Amino acid sequence: MNQKYIARSSAIAARKLGDEMIVMSALNSTLFTLNEVATVIWQAADGQTPLSDIVQKAVCREFDVQPELAYQDAEALVNDLAGHGILLVSKQPISTNVPQETR
Amino acid sequence: MSLMAEVNAKAQALGVPISAHLDLTYRCNERCEHCYLEHDDKGEMTTAEIFDVFDQLADAGVFFLVLSGGEPLLRRDFFPILERARALLFNVKLKTNAVLIREAEAQRIRELGVEQVQISVYSHRPEVHDGITKLPGSLKKTLRAIEFLKSQGLKVTIANVLMRPNLLDSPGVQRLAADMGVSYTLDPTITPMMNGDTSLLSMRAPREILREIFRDPSLVGNVEEFCAPPAAADDDALDATPCSAGHTACYITPYADVYPCVQFPLPSGNLRRQKFIDIWRNSPELKDVRSITARNLPTCSSCTHVASCSRCPGLAYMEGNMRGPSTADCEKSFVRTGIPSANMLAKASAATRRTAMPGLVQIRMATT
Repeated sequence: MNQKYIARSSAIAARKLGDEMIVMSALNSTLFTLNEVATVIWQAADGQTPLSDIVQKAVCREFDVQPELAYQDAEALVNDLAGHGILLVSKQPISTNVPQETR
Repeated sequence: MSLMAEVNAKAQALGVPISAHLDLTYRCNERCEHCYLEHDDKGEMTTAEIFDVFDQLADAGVFFLVLSGGEPLLRRDFFPILERARALLFNVKLKTNAVLIREAEAQRIRELGVEQVQISVYSHRPEVHDGITKLPGSLKKTLRAIEFLKSQGLKVTIANVLMRPNLLDSPGVQRLAADMGVSYTLDPTITPMMNGDTSLLSMRAPREILREIFRDPSLVGNVEEFCAPPAAADDDALDATPCSAGHTACYITPYADVYPCVQFPLPSGNLRRQKFIDIWRNSPELKDVRSITARNLPTCSSCTHVASCSRCPGLAYMEGNMRGPSTADCEKSFVRTGIPSANMLAKASAATRRTAMPGLVQIRMATT
């Protein structure tokens, strides 16, 4: 399986609200809300950890879900968010210039 | 319900301050005739204090952060402050007169991911705009900055405050915004000064101008709907909270004072003495603000406009009672619909009684 690395775009705003993450793109002011599982993936998107590790270590340990199904769902989420420009996806680790603190 | 409305409703249910407005300074390079601020620096927060406030706001759940002033770019540490705000992933909206924004500043603002920039333009005519700002050449500099910001792909809104010196210029500013490819918003609200001085209110637009504005579909959308007679108030309307001030939003002065809103200067705590979350959760003033519903307003609860009025509790507070009517909003409801508010009727009735009543002390004289 080809590894995928994911990193949050620097042109977004984000904050945890209850059990959800609200994210807004500064590029087009589109607002998103991520559910609990998507929030875990989002918070782990440091550009250095492969998506498969994020799913295995962060998602499958926290939630009762089959690894393969979890990876498929995570990949769909990642592609969706990347399509909106709020997540960067690469086959190589991604170094981001802007420090980000997710809360 | 829109996603934004859902987010706001969730924030209110959880008691989260989803929005905060921080004025970085009250100093300004313009001296606008209608401005409600005193511009002398009375001890602004330091860079470190602002960074600490940002940390506290992020921990409390603030997502939307307005940075404004005065003129925020007058602070030498403006860009480090903006960098810190963005590193904490606030959604930043910048309010500025843009006079100090050139190409390099516009580029930095874009690089830092500011979501939108709101810029005050009072007229398309330099003599009127510069006459209001008291800064010669200010319109030219502001418009040049808008071009720089636009060329960076930033979302820009021209905010046009309506007042007596520019009463006839809003169509010109609206055309200017369209020509420049930026959004336009018109605000007919002139507020008293923060110190309570109400002399600025004489600059408010007269009724006939408001009437024209409220019937302009490019400004209000569906005119028929906007100017429709008020609907009867149901329980939902009577139990509704008036606005986000103190519920999901707050305002912080350059001196670390916390108010419910920039237009609601009720001192509710100070961040140099208290933690933000303690003020937000425990301030008696904010709790008092949160206890207001339309149902418990002494005059407005019986008003025919109660369900649709834009009553601002901050303007009411500045008139003397946060639970009282805001006469500017009574005026707007009347101009929209042609139906006087309960407050207007009560005042007219009192005036009639005063005229009709004989004087308490009377002197009768007769000459023979």
